[in-house]
Amino acid sequence: MTVETWLEWALADADRRNLAELKPLLESLAGVMRALRNADFNDRADDDRTRRADR
Amino acid sequence: MTALDGLTAEAFGRKLRAGEVSAREVTEACLRRIEADNARFNAFVLVMADEAREQAHQADRELAAGLDRGPLHGVPISIKDLLDVRGTRTTAASRVRLGHRLAEHDAPAVAHLRQAGAVFIGKTNLHEFAFGTTSEDSAFGPARNPHDLSRSAGGSSGGSAVSVATGMSLAAIGTDTGGSIRIPAAACGVVGLKPTHGEVSADRVVPLSRTLDHVGPLARSVADAWLVYRGLLGTSLSEGAPAPGSSRTPRATDIPAPLPIGSLRLAVPRAYFCDVLDDEVRARFEESLSRLRAAGARIDETDIAHASHIAPVYLTLVLADAAAYHATTLETMPELYTPPVRIRLEMGRYVLGEDYARALKGREVLRREVDAAVAGHDALVLPTLPIPAPPLGAVSVPVGGAVEPIRNLMLRQTQLFNLTGHPAISLPCGRTAGGLPCGLQLVGDRGHTEALMRTALACEPYLAGK
Repeated sequence: MTVETWLEWALADADRRNLAELKPLLESLAGVMRALRNADFNDRADDDRTRRADR
Repeated sequence: MTALDGLTAEAFGRKLRAGEVSAREVTEACLRRIEADNARFNAFVLVMADEAREQAHQADRELAAGLDRGPLHGVPISIKDLLDVRGTRTTAASRVRLGHRLAEHDAPAVAHLRQAGAVFIGKTNLHEFAFGTTSEDSAFGPARNPHDLSRSAGGSSGGSAVSVATGMSLAAIGTDTGGSIRIPAAACGVVGLKPTHGEVSADRVVPLSRTLDHVGPLARSVADAWLVYRGLLGTSLSEGAPAPGSSRTPRATDIPAPLPIGSLRLAVPRAYFCDVLDDEVRARFEESLSRLRAAGARIDETDIAHASHIAPVYLTLVLADAAAYHATTLETMPELYTPPVRIRLEMGRYVLGEDYARALKGREVLRREVDAAVAGHDALVLPTLPIPAPPLGAVSVPVGGAVEPIRNLMLRQTQLFNLTGHPAISLPCGRTAGGLPCGLQLVGDRGHTEALMRTALACEPYLAGK
C-alpha cells in the first residue's frame, strides 16, 4: 500500500469513527512512513547490496 | 533546613550504622515532607504510611539484632505506579485501572528491593500508562516541577523524580521506554539511570513496549543510583544476601571506584544531538565539557550516521506496540483514557506491518552505529534534554530559532538508547538563569552498566551538580 493510499484510507476511517482529532496525527504518521520507506537501509528484492552490508 | 536536605542513601547508611539516625526517623521525615508538600507537587498517588512505618521498624529491629541487609537497609524508596507492589493497586495513573485488583505479588524488581531491606514510602504519579514525557496527562492530575510549579516535572516517571528532588524519598524507581527516567531526572535535577536493556526485570510492570521498556533508579547521586540499581538486580553487593542472623556492614567497596578522570575517553555525537538546543542548555553542556577536559578527560567527536531516522524508527515501534496492548480497552472503555493519551494510542492502530518491519531493520542499523560510536570510548556524552522543563499545557516551544513540538524535543536525546539497549545515565550539570536544572547524559557500552557507572562517578565531581 502506498503512503498516499494508506493516508486516504486512514483519514476516512478516522471520520467514520468520529475521531477528527486523530487526523493531524495521521498526517504526521504519513511523514514517518515516508521517512522510513526512503531510508537507505531498506532491503530490496532486486538488489542484494543491503543484504551484503549486513554480513 | 531539615536532616533530609541533601541526605543521600549512602550517607544515611553510614549514619544508620553509626547509630546517629534510625530508619524510623528518616521514614518519618519523608512522611512529614509528603504531608507538607505533596498537595503542591502531586508526586504521590498513594502514600503507604502504615506499611512504611512497619518496614522501618522492622529494619531497625533487624539491625539491632545483627541482621544487616546491605546498603538499602531502611532506605525510604518510592515506586512508580506502573510496578506491582503487593497489596496495592497498580493504576498506571489511568482511570482504566482505578478498579483494578490489588497486586498479589511484588514485581521481581520490587521484591528484590524488599529483600534488600528498602522501605516503600509510596507509589508515584506518572504520565498515564507511561505514554508521554511531561507527566501532565494523569488520572491524578499533573506532577509539578519542584523548581517551578508552573512547569512539567518531565516524564513519564515525573512523580518519582519529584519525590527524590524534594526529599519525600531518598531514591525512587522509574521506568524508561524512550527516556522516562532520564527526562524527569534532568528536568528535576536528580540522577536517573536506564540500565542495559533486560538487566532489570520488567515482569509485573505495566508495559508500554516490551522491547523498549527498562526499569531503573532515580537518586540523589551516582553512588546512590548504583546502590539502588544493584538492589533492583537482586544481587548482593558482595557474596549474596546475608544469612539470617548474620551481620554484614556494607563496605567501601560496595560502590565501584571511579575511573581515573585523566584516563577518561568520551565522545560527543554533535550532529543531530547538538543541532537543536536551548541556548542555556547548550551553555551548561559546553561548560561541563570544558570542566571535564580541564580535569584531564579526552573528549572526541563522533557520529551516528542514521540519526535522522531515530524518531521514525522509534515512533513506529512504540506506537504499534502500545496500540496492541491497549486495543481491547480502546474499544471497550475509550472514555476512561485522558484524551491526549487515547488519541495517540489510536494512532498506533494504523501502523502497517511492512513499516514495522522497516523500523526493526532501522533499529539494527542504529544499534550497530551506537556500538561503533561507543567503541574505544568510556561513554558518549550529550545533553539529556534539549530544553529546560517546559510549561505545563504547552504544546510547542521556541528553540534554536524555530518553534518545535515539545514531545519531539523531550524524546530527541534519549529514545535512541531505548532502541539500541545501551545503558545511559543523566546527571545534573547546572541550571538556567531561571533556576531550572539541566542534565548531561552519558551512554556506555551494551552489557557494561558497571563501567558506565564508574565513568559517571568520575565525571560527577566536575559537573555543576544540582
